[in-house]
Amino acid sequence: MISRQDVEHVARLSRLALSDADIEKMREQLAAILAHIDTLRALDTEQVEPTSHAVPMENVMREDEPRPSLPQEAMLANAPDRSADFFRVPRIIED
Amino acid sequence: MATTVAAGWETVIGLEVHAQLLTRTKMFCGCATTFGAAPNTQTCPVCQGMPGTLPVLNRRAIEFGIRTALAFGCRINAGCRFARKHYYYPDMPKNFQISQYEEPLAEDGWLEVEVPGGATRRIGIQRLHLEEDVGKLVHEGSLESAQASLVDFNRAGVPLMETVSRPEIRSPEEAAVYLKAFRAVLVSLGVCDGNMEEGSLRCDANVSLRRAGATELGTKVEIKNLNSFRNVQRALEFEVQRQAQALDAGERIVQETRLWDADSGSTKSMRSKEFAHDYRYFPEPDLVPLRLAAAVVDGIRAALPELPRARRERFVAEYGLPAYDADVLTQSRALGEYYEAAVRVHRNPKALSNWVMSELLRTLPGDDEEAIRRAPVTPARLAGLVRLIDEGAISGKIAKDVFERMARTGDDAATIVAREGLTQVADVAALVALVEQAIAANPKAIEDYRKGKTAAAKALVGQVMKASAGKANPALVNQLLQEKLSKL
Amino acid sequence: MAEAAAHRPIHELTDAFRRGETTPTAATEGYLARIAARDADVGAYLSVTREEALAAASESDARYRAGRPRGPLDGAPITYKDLFCTRGVPTTAGSRILERFVPPYDATVVERLAAAGAVMLGKTNMDEFAMGSSTEHSGFHPTRNPWDLSRVPGGSSGGPAAAVAGGLAAGSLGTDTGGSIRQPAAFCGIVGVKPTYGRVSRYGAIAFASSLDHVGPFGLDVTDAALLLQAIAGRDPLDSTSIDAPVPDYVAGFAAGVEGLRLGVPDEYFIDGMDPEVERAVRAAVDVLRGLGASIERVSLPTTEHALATYYVIAPAEASSNLARYDGVKYGLRVPGARDLIDMASRTRGAGFGAEVKRRIMLGTYALSSGYYDAYYGKAQRVRTLVRRDFEAVFGRVDLVVAPTTPTVAFKHGEREDPLSMYLNDVFTIPASMAGLPAVSVPCGLNRIGLPIGLQLIGRTLDEPAVLRAAFAYEQATGWHRRRPPGA
Repeated sequence: MISRQDVEHVARLSRLALSDADIEKMREQLAAILAHIDTLRALDTEQVEPTSHAVPMENVMREDEPRPSLPQEAMLANAPDRSADFFRVPRIIED
Repeated sequence: MATTVAAGWETVIGLEVHAQLLTRTKMFCGCATTFGAAPNTQTCPVCQGMPGTLPVLNRRAIEFGIRTALAFGCRINAGCRFARKHYYYPDMPKNFQISQYEEPLAEDGWLEVEVPGGATRRIGIQRLHLEEDVGKLVHEGSLESAQASLVDFNRAGVPLMETVSRPEIRSPEEAAVYLKAFRAVLVSLGVCDGNMEEGSLRCDANVSLRRAGATELGTKVEIKNLNSFRNVQRALEFEVQRQAQALDAGERIVQETRLWDADSGSTKSMRSKEFAHDYRYFPEPDLVPLRLAAAVVDGIRAALPELPRARRERFVAEYGLPAYDADVLTQSRALGEYYEAAVRVHRNPKALSNWVMSELLRTLPGDDEEAIRRAPVTPARLAGLVRLIDEGAISGKIAKDVFERMARTGDDAATIVAREGLTQVADVAALVALVEQAIAANPKAIEDYRKGKTAAAKALVGQVMKASAGKANPALVNQLLQEKLSKL
Repeated sequence: MAEAAAHRPIHELTDAFRRGETTPTAATEGYLARIAARDADVGAYLSVTREEALAAASESDARYRAGRPRGPLDGAPITYKDLFCTRGVPTTAGSRILERFVPPYDATVVERLAAAGAVMLGKTNMDEFAMGSSTEHSGFHPTRNPWDLSRVPGGSSGGPAAAVAGGLAAGSLGTDTGGSIRQPAAFCGIVGVKPTYGRVSRYGAIAFASSLDHVGPFGLDVTDAALLLQAIAGRDPLDSTSIDAPVPDYVAGFAAGVEGLRLGVPDEYFIDGMDPEVERAVRAAVDVLRGLGASIERVSLPTTEHALATYYVIAPAEASSNLARYDGVKYGLRVPGARDLIDMASRTRGAGFGAEVKRRIMLGTYALSSGYYDAYYGKAQRVRTLVRRDFEAVFGRVDLVVAPTTPTVAFKHGEREDPLSMYLNDVFTIPASMAGLPAVSVPCGLNRIGLPIGLQLIGRTLDEPAVLRAAFAYEQATGWHRRRPPGA
């Protein structure tokens, strides 16, 4: 059973700020969904290979040929905050 | 020098080296990888992790990885795939790094290094895998005090090759030697420029101590930011001492990451409230697996250049060079090729080695492929110059002037010598006249010579050389002078 | 005049352009007028690109005047689900976190349809990041079903489906991860195609779950859906998972009919709790196909009951990774006043994502986290193999699987509050998504209160021709596709 601590841990890993009320509601909903997912345990998959692509393909590569980059202004235009030619972010070290 | 560790402890070091590959474009998009461009000018929606964009693998990055893996004698995994490694950091556009996890490109190789004392040792290489680099952060002030940081994504997505050694390095000095040998292999393979200052080659170390004779490993500490051979050694020496003192004092070593600070000469714990990493690796669904055909790997193996160590040994054996010369000439593949091209034109290996090590390298900006390829004095022309010396056409001293002019004008030696009238005077009649003049003008020297001061003859040779403006053949002058003096 | 173009299939409309009966500009103006008059009720659009549409229509006019239209889509007024990146036009994926995002690039499919001459009317609504089955989970506003405004249009591609059904666009593109094209097509009484995984490029389609995301068209009839698919299918060098196989002429294949096709009806797709009217309509459709010359047999897809649980591990796991990039650093929302970086990212994501997206990010992160990977993600990938094997076994005996698209007709807004009951809506669409197989939903009747029901046809990998051919034969035989919402 997923605990409140689990939910808090996963919220930190996911960088999601959740209110106390959110956390409890989330715990209940995740518990219900996980209970459904746990029905998979009944299936014997010991001898079954995992599928990561529905249509198996391999060795797709491109040649090492440069393509023009986008103009600096086009790449910075969406920045929520910037300083001259850089994206700007708040202090990295926590208090 | 032996290890600096306190008695009773054995040092165990493993190195993780990240090398930027010398591809023209990034790992998963067509942006250029040139160092030093203006911030955020070498990016596109793919390497900036914009929504909906997808990675496409650079074939050359894979080839370079295979080339390196083969040089280290690794087993190339027939099937390999990429995985996503998740952690949040603002220099990483997608907040996951495309790397390799369970199925790396290659495993189980080794690098032979000459350890302090002259013996050689094999350091095991555990795995070699490819991944994408992250962008660069500039802090407004120091990382600790900065209120904001700035992000440049130019470097984000540049191909990186991570090579993890086994924990078989036994001293800080050995670690530096390993890293030097490692760098030489990569540079000679042409897969990395090896520039540690620009961050093309970056090193992290894992270090632990254990009781001498123990088989279990002690608690390891990871040290980051080792950006030169010297810093690798200094940081590890510091860390070994720190751990030894702590253990001697009965303390426990904390498993942690520490940052080397070259200014203070110490390592500092990277304090962070961030809980232990949980990278949540899973196979990258936007890329398909690689299945490396034996024929492809064999093709790369066949095209593998001679490695520095083998080439150094061959230079000693084949050309009779001193170990020192062979070492210098094999630091870069291009330099070794230059040297051999010159020797093929004129077989005087030691003289050519001297010229390459002194004059050629003095005039070039570096020993990398680009610099050597652009050298104004080609191997054939350097060989031509040495041949003129060996044939007695010019003196060694004149030759240095000729070399300068060759470097400046790009002309060959013979052309310069002819144009500037620099040929040694080997005309006996002309030299006899000069010798006679010298004898006539220096009665004091003749007197000394007669009294048995044979050194006086040397002064006379110098006079003749001076009178010929350096063009006289010194051996011939000496011979003519001896004949005259013996008749006096 | 404004109504003239609405509800005419693209192939009829562009025939009329060719005959000079009307023009792309007139049709575009007609659609823009209908959107202005009616979309306040339906809520299909998130943005209308009036100026761009009129400019593109005018260029198309010129091509028809010159007698050189680009093909059957030239001048067709269409719309895109708002997760297809459009250069210079806001693209939100239905999320507040991308409210201000303007991509500097086009999705490959947008580029291809523009090259075919199609006219973009605007961008249409969706469940946030394609997570949902009702378009109630849009970060902006819900979309209503044109057949009954109190009901949902399905989702996640509810906007593009409602636009086509409501006469607000002649065709559209959506994405299908677990049913997000087929289910809204069924609810809205139109044709929706989920092609083979990799048949259509995903480049520039904002990712939900990379290994399950499929791009496909909505049309008023099978011919339109086939023409749109024809234009967007085929290898894209920007998508490593796109398949390098020729694209057949789908419409040309219609002539062959269903004579001799073997159709399988799976027991597991007729379950307790499903709407009996849906079952009746689908069984009647099977009889129609038999009457057209197809042979019918019962088949079994035993893993069907586990597909939903499998999907709700794989899709959230991949989504948690794909959505990590929305952190307020590079584009989109940033919540102001953060103490530090982690605070900024956490609060931005907390505020920018809706409840359903947060739930799936949490679920996916949990499923990938240390200690749980094997039990959840690893297990689900193995069950996915079983789902594939089920289909492989069935396709050894039959050419197509025939089934209902959904267990019910469109439900009312707010009717499914519990996430799990919402997820259950996708039980019949998820298996083909997991196996990457081509599937179509085609209208097969109306229930007693006049709500559309969808018939699903699933084919072998890359066998879109058989899927579309059978759907076309069925639609021609029944004419359900000509039914329009009341009052439209």
